[in-house]
Amino acid sequence: MSQAGTATVGTSLVQRWRADFPALGFHGSSLAYLDNAATAQKPAAVIDAVAAHDRQGTANIHRGVYRLAAETTAAYEAARGRVASFLGAKAEEIVFTRGTTEAINLVAASFLRPRLAGARLERNVLITEMEHHANIVPWQLVLEELGGRLLVAPIDDRGEVVLEEWQRLLREGVALAAFSHASNVMGTVNPAEKMVELAHAQGVPVLVDGAQAVPHFAVDVRRLCCDFYCFSGHKLFAPTGVGVLYARRELLAEMPPYQAGGNMIASVSFAGSTFAEPPARFEAGTPNISGVLGLAAALDYLAELDGAAVAEQEAALCRYALAGLEAEPELSLLGSPGRRVPVFSFTSSLAHPHDVATVLDSVGVAVRAGHHCAQPLLERLGVPAAVRASLAFYNTFDEVDRLFAGLARVREIFG
Amino acid sequence: MSELRELYQEIILDHTKRPRNFGPLASANRRARGANPLCGDRVEVFLDLEGDVVKGVSFEGAGCALSTASASMMTEMVQGKSRAEIEHLFEAFHELVTGDPSRPGEAPPELGKLEVFSGVREFPVRVKCATLPWHTLKAALHQAATPVSTE
Repeated sequence: MSQAGTATVGTSLVQRWRADFPALGFHGSSLAYLDNAATAQKPAAVIDAVAAHDRQGTANIHRGVYRLAAETTAAYEAARGRVASFLGAKAEEIVFTRGTTEAINLVAASFLRPRLAGARLERNVLITEMEHHANIVPWQLVLEELGGRLLVAPIDDRGEVVLEEWQRLLREGVALAAFSHASNVMGTVNPAEKMVELAHAQGVPVLVDGAQAVPHFAVDVRRLCCDFYCFSGHKLFAPTGVGVLYARRELLAEMPPYQAGGNMIASVSFAGSTFAEPPARFEAGTPNISGVLGLAAALDYLAELDGAAVAEQEAALCRYALAGLEAEPELSLLGSPGRRVPVFSFTSSLAHPHDVATVLDSVGVAVRAGHHCAQPLLERLGVPAAVRASLAFYNTFDEVDRLFAGLARVREIFG
Repeated sequence: MSELRELYQEIILDHTKRPRNFGPLASANRRARGANPLCGDRVEVFLDLEGDVVKGVSFEGAGCALSTASASMMTEMVQGKSRAEIEHLFEAFHELVTGDPSRPGEAPPELGKLEVFSGVREFPVRVKCATLPWHTLKAALHQAATPVSTE
């Protein structure tokens, strides 16, 4: 396979980006990291921001009157503002969580639960067939306890949500609709604006799981008009253990606390307690302060890149990888969505996904194999497991070629 | 790369492509299921146990090359063996695939051609693949009601 004509962004620019990521240099050419949908490598700007916080003195937030505590609080709240501007939201609409999973659990506990407990006619939750377990199980727990059904909008053979079904199911007594902005398995980018619009036409609030979307394209929650949006820092080149829930201010204002403890209270007595205003109400205990600062640093880092060049490189890599994978007769790609992020899952007629992944590892290609926390989707697609290669803007055509070379090795061994 | 050849030896690939004793066993009086859901591997072991001795054994399932070959070769190995002999083989096999890769020892002679699985010790994340059928066999012997997993 030739790369001629595919490289549109200068190699030197990509190499400059790569130089920003110490882990890529640490492993050098021995590793082609193609598991970015699981977690992404961190740029030095993020690593340094986290280290600087610890090295130059940490303090707890919202507590001390001394200067260091005030500075830390200011930095933490500035990070909230940074995330807000990243999503086109207001700072008071941003709740820091451990990640996407906790954000969804928060909405399940503090939004869905009270709605169902309120004996409403709308008792169901609508999701799609392509959801990650984190966008299935939290709803199930509440539905099982309080009574209600999980409705599932099907996907078509291309791996796209059947919008007519989405629209039809929205009329089935839905208390909340939730879907992933981009699929972590097939790479499908869902028509989020349209899906939100259809839901709102039925008066149904919507959560959008943006974990696989924000690493690849800009998101504006005001344009999306969604009620909740969430993502994880670690897939966005930020540290692990920090994530974001965006929620419309009016909704947050009505929601009861998720966890209880310090920071989230207005006053406490043994007779009872009152709670802080959002977003503090939803941030019990000491948060992941250094992680939050790292997330802000990641957003600053991304903002300083040439966005058009990043998008161009990703799109070119995406086309190149897709064409190469489609050309291999023994491979079956899961889904062929019209609009996608560079996340590709496939099976081989020659070898089980784990054997493929082991062979790929032997040539220095890191991919994921398994069910990708989307067992119902894999069942729908009729496969028990799949190999997934997922790209970031710092990946190169050479690394994609390495993937193809590894797949040739699979053919040698198992063919 | 040589580690990879050690892992996927011809005999393993042969058993993967043409698994022996594959399919349900009509005379089975014991059976057990094993599954590694994160991998997507699943196996069911059928046993015809007469007194203390395995008169017949087969397996069914879908999994990676290692789990399939391990199950296939296991069924050949335990045919006609007693419960105690199988327990001993289980321990020896476990030691073979989980031993320290920097200190390769001689495989005990009773393991016979199962020795080809010694390459697995270089791939710790794949140990669960090779051992799933054995844990499932053990569960069948003990008539365990719940499916086993090595994840």
